[in-house]
Amino acid sequence: MKRPIRVLIAKPGLDGHDRGAKVIARALRDAGMEVIYTGLRQTPEQIVAAAVQEDVDVVGLSLLSGAHNYLFPKVADLLKEQGVDDVLIIGGGVIPNEDIQGLKEAGISEIFTPGTPTAKMIEYIKNNLKRI
Amino acid sequence: MDGDLMSYSQLIEKMLAGDKRSCAKLITAVENDPEKAEKIIREIHQYTGKAHIIGITGPPGAGKSTLTDKIVKKLISQGNKVAVIAVDPTSPYSGGSILGDRIRMQDLALNPDVFIRSMGTRGYLGGLSKYTKNALKILDAAGYNHIIIETVGVGQSEVDVVKIADTIVMVMVPGLGDDIQSIKAGIMEIGDIFVINKSDLFGADRTALEVNMMLDLTMEMDRRPPVVKVTAVKNEGIDDLVNEIKEHLNYLKESRKLEERRKANIKLEVLELMEEQLRKIAISHTDSENKLEDEVIEILNKNKNAYEVRDKLLKGMGTHLRESL
Repeated sequence: MKRPIRVLIAKPGLDGHDRGAKVIARALRDAGMEVIYTGLRQTPEQIVAAAVQEDVDVVGLSLLSGAHNYLFPKVADLLKEQGVDDVLIIGGGVIPNEDIQGLKEAGISEIFTPGTPTAKMIEYIKNNLKRI
Repeated sequence: MDGDLMSYSQLIEKMLAGDKRSCAKLITAVENDPEKAEKIIREIHQYTGKAHIIGITGPPGAGKSTLTDKIVKKLISQGNKVAVIAVDPTSPYSGGSILGDRIRMQDLALNPDVFIRSMGTRGYLGGLSKYTKNALKILDAAGYNHIIIETVGVGQSEVDVVKIADTIVMVMVPGLGDDIQSIKAGIMEIGDIFVINKSDLFGADRTALEVNMMLDLTMEMDRRPPVVKVTAVKNEGIDDLVNEIKEHLNYLKESRKLEERRKANIKLEVLELMEEQLRKIAISHTDSENKLEDEVIEILNKNKNAYEVRDKLLKGMGTHLRESL
C-alpha cells in the first residue's frame, strides 16, 4: 500500500530564521510528502514529542545558530531513549564541514549544507527511509 | 499476516494503557491501510464512545488552530485529557501537504494529557480526511475524554464534520462579507456554537449582530446556538466559550439528542461501509470476465442504455456477492 512519506521539519533552539525550513517544507510537499512544520524555537523535547505523536518517517532539523553540535545529537538521543529506532534523522543549515562527521556519528544520517539542490535531498529521503 | 495481527493486538494493549507511540502507530495504520483499519477498529470498538467530540470549523485564517490551543489549555486545566486531530489540505497535484496547525499549539506538545495529530485530507473533500473517523475512535479508546477535530479551512459547503462531532463550533471573523453570507445554506447551518474570533478588530460587533439576526430568523429550533465573542491570541472569551461547549453537551444529554445524533451517524457509517464493500465487489465482478467492456460498446452503439446494463450486471452478481462475503 503506497502511502505518503511523513516528515517533521523542526527548528530547534534559539534561531529565528525559517526561510530555509519553509523552502524545504514546500519542496517536500511538491514531492508528494506530508510535511509537519512545528514552527520556530523548539526544544529537543518538543520536537521528539511531535515526532512520536505524528509517527513520522523522517525528522528534518534546520539550524542556523551554530548550536547544531549540541541540539542535533540531543534530538537523536531523546528519540533513542523513547525507543524510536525507525525514524530517519537529517539536518541542514550553515554547518561547517568539520562538524559533519561528528554529527553523523551522533545519529544524524545526513547533513545538507547551503546550496544543496532540493532534488538531492528528496532522493536521499526516498532511498534511506528506515521503514516501508 | 498472523504476526501482523499479533503486533496490532500488542499495540492496542499498549495504547489502552496510555502509550502515545502505540496510539500514533495505530493511527498511521488506520490512515493508510483499510484492511488493517478494519482489524483494529473491530478490536477497539468496545472502548469507544466515551469522549465528547468537538468539531472546530471555519474559513482559512479564522484562527481555528489558535482557538483550539486555548480551548485545550482550558480543558486540561480542569483535569481533562484532550486529543486534537488537525486536518490540513492535501495537494491535488503532488499528493503532498504542509500540515502547520501544530505551530499554534507548541506548548502543548509535552503535556502528558494532550495528544495532537495532523492529517492531510488526501483527496477527500468534506473538510476532513476519509480516515479522521477511525483516528478519532483510536483516541477515544485511548482515554482522551475530549477530542477536538479541527477541519481544514472551509468555504461554504464542507460540512462533513457534523457526521462525527457532537458539538460544532463555527469560527467566524469580522470582514468576510455582508449579512447575505450569513443566511446562505451550508456551513452556517451546522454550528451549535458560533464564535466571532478576532473580536478586537473593527467590525466584530457588526459580524456578531448579523450572525445573531440570522439565528433569530430560524423559527423551528430546539436550541438557539449562542454567539460568543473571543480574541483567541489574547485568551479573551475562552472561559465563556468552554462553558458553552459544556452547556451544549449537557443539553444533548438531557434532551437525548446525543444518542439521536450518534445513532444517525452510526447509521451513515454503516451505509458508507456497505457502499464501499459493494463497490469493491461490483468492480471485481464486472472486471472478472471483462463483462463491462462488452456492454460499454453496446451502450456506445445505442443498442442498450446504461440503466439496462446496470440491472443486467447486478442480477448476474448475486452468487459473486455471496461468495465475497
